[in-house]
Amino acid sequence: MKNLRQYLYSLSTLPSALFSALWFGLLSLPFTGLPGALYIAGAIIVIYALFRYLPKLLLLPPIILQQFPALVLRLKPISSLKPKALGDLGFFVLLIAVILLPFFTSPYVVDIAALAGIYIILSLGLNIMVGYTGLLNLGFAGFYAIGAYSYALLNTRLGMGFWESLPLSMVLSALAGILIGIPALRLRGDYLAIVTLGFGEITRIVLNNWVTLTNGPNGITGIERPYIGSFELKGVTEYYYLVLLFVFLTALFIKKTIHSKAGRTWMAIRDDEIASTAMGINTFLYKLYAFSFGALWAGLAGQLFSAKMRFVSPESFTFFESVLIVAMVILGGQGTLLGPAIGAIILVALPELLREFQQYRMVFLGAGLIFMSIFRPQGIIGRRSTGSR
Amino acid sequence: MLLQQLIQGLTIGYVYALIALGYTMVYGILQLINFAHGEIYMLGAYMTIIGFGLFTSFGLTETSIFLSLFLTLIFTILFVSAYGLTVERVAYKPLRSAPRLSPLISAIGVSIFLQNFVMLTQGATYKVFPPLFATQGFTIGDTKVTYLQVSIILLSSVIMALLHIFISRTKTGKAMRAVAQDILMASLVGIDTDRIIALTFILGSGLAAVAGFMVTLYYGLINYYIGYIAGIKAFTAAVLGGIGSIPGAMFGGILLGLVESLAAGYISPEYKDAYAFVVLIIILLIKPSGLFKKVIEEKV
Repeated sequence: MKNLRQYLYSLSTLPSALFSALWFGLLSLPFTGLPGALYIAGAIIVIYALFRYLPKLLLLPPIILQQFPALVLRLKPISSLKPKALGDLGFFVLLIAVILLPFFTSPYVVDIAALAGIYIILSLGLNIMVGYTGLLNLGFAGFYAIGAYSYALLNTRLGMGFWESLPLSMVLSALAGILIGIPALRLRGDYLAIVTLGFGEITRIVLNNWVTLTNGPNGITGIERPYIGSFELKGVTEYYYLVLLFVFLTALFIKKTIHSKAGRTWMAIRDDEIASTAMGINTFLYKLYAFSFGALWAGLAGQLFSAKMRFVSPESFTFFESVLIVAMVILGGQGTLLGPAIGAIILVALPELLREFQQYRMVFLGAGLIFMSIFRPQGIIGRRSTGSR
Repeated sequence: MLLQQLIQGLTIGYVYALIALGYTMVYGILQLINFAHGEIYMLGAYMTIIGFGLFTSFGLTETSIFLSLFLTLIFTILFVSAYGLTVERVAYKPLRSAPRLSPLISAIGVSIFLQNFVMLTQGATYKVFPPLFATQGFTIGDTKVTYLQVSIILLSSVIMALLHIFISRTKTGKAMRAVAQDILMASLVGIDTDRIIALTFILGSGLAAVAGFMVTLYYGLINYYIGYIAGIKAFTAAVLGGIGSIPGAMFGGILLGLVESLAAGYISPEYKDAYAFVVLIIILLIKPSGLFKKVIEEKV
């Protein structure tokens, strides 16, 4: 973690600006050609110049001038900014806005909001592993896929409805968490991350190749929408409320668990695994618990996803999907309840808002991950220092 | 059939070994899985096509095809090493004292960034390298061996031998080993650790560039996402031989190439990309220290 202000200010001297412009221009030259390289070099100089000289040009008083980079770039943790009562009020306003959303926006926005809801459930689930227990999982899309395919298969092959297969999808996904966790959780840190990546990829490759069961890359079509009684949840609005209900239930369950003994144990393991073992905690069992509990919600999200799309194929569950969910957790703030939800909303909404820049979205996501891990590893609303070296 | 699979496995195994060396050298020094290393290899493949196109447009290829290829190789190594150094400076150096997962996430960011940078600037379609001598070769019995396969094996062997001499005989190599053993102590005895780390990235990226160059000549078809799967396989190779161990990476790469080629030939080619993951998971679960490395107890 570095102080962004000092870092950028130290960089923005003229020689270093010219040097970086030259360096990055040269590096991109073979790929972009001369015009592109000049654009990149020019952009670097402009950014540096703005950073260094804009406040002076605006003739701001010296004190603001000194603090200018801070004003622009320092994000205070939101949670520490406002008193509790104000926070509660804000929460209620937000709640009402979310509930009334379909009444003042277009179906398109409601549809995106439903998708964001699915990602909120996913990121909350992953947050249990990454944020609270300190286990980086790069194969979370695998659990998501198991939930989605469970409902798809139970529905199209066995004719089971949404509500009957829901517990099964969740349990199957959690079971996968246990099965993968038993061997994988003997490893630590980045090794664990790589093994989970391997399991996630193997899940996708099997779904792709086991044609008799999953219909391979063509996927499964004709999945039923959810019913309540004999009422089919047909429109976007009905579906949105269904997702909303599950988002609240997920958040509630996870909040309760985090404040229980299990949650405190997870955080103890995250902060110092060896000390936790010395305190008599069976760390393996609790890590396994975190794995299966996190996977449970991925199962729920998976079922919601396949009920929304009425179609699943292995393409939806690539490594990139796993990285996207990790990015949501990191961006919002790992180890907080609200953070991953904020991250999920931002990363779902941003590409929709910036339609014209659609093709640049992945480049920005990559740069954003680098930026966040250097300058704000705790995320937008997170607290400092989680995990240990 | 068996011999054919072995030759193919050996060729691709040497390529994995070259990439794996980059993973293992960086891990040995920083305990960082350089997730973007596969992308560095991919840049090498693209630079080969761009560079060769450039020299061809100068008319050099008509004069001497080998000179043109040699200059392309040099050009590729220079540029890709510069990329490796830049990645280290921008994405890893500010994170030296951060919690261990931060650099990994930063590395994933680099990987996504580079992949999409190349996709945006070079297009999402396959790039083709002209088949210069792809099919020329000789036969042993009914097994066909191309000159290209032989050159890949020879060139990789020479480079690995040079690397081995550099690390075991020169003073800089000694400094690298010292930094890998204990970075703090190394800095206390006057080694400029930042310089050694930068050098490690330059060397590792250079090796990946050579791998990218050879694969482009060998397969003739590349895409912006080849780095991801090749990176995973090379990482598997590094783990197989014991990550941090340089002979281990060479051996692991070759072994993985053979295993993969045989499994694809005799079990099922559809799961070709899954074998590396299976090997990786099995080795991490049974002997995470790899085949070549001593187990080091974690210090409290």
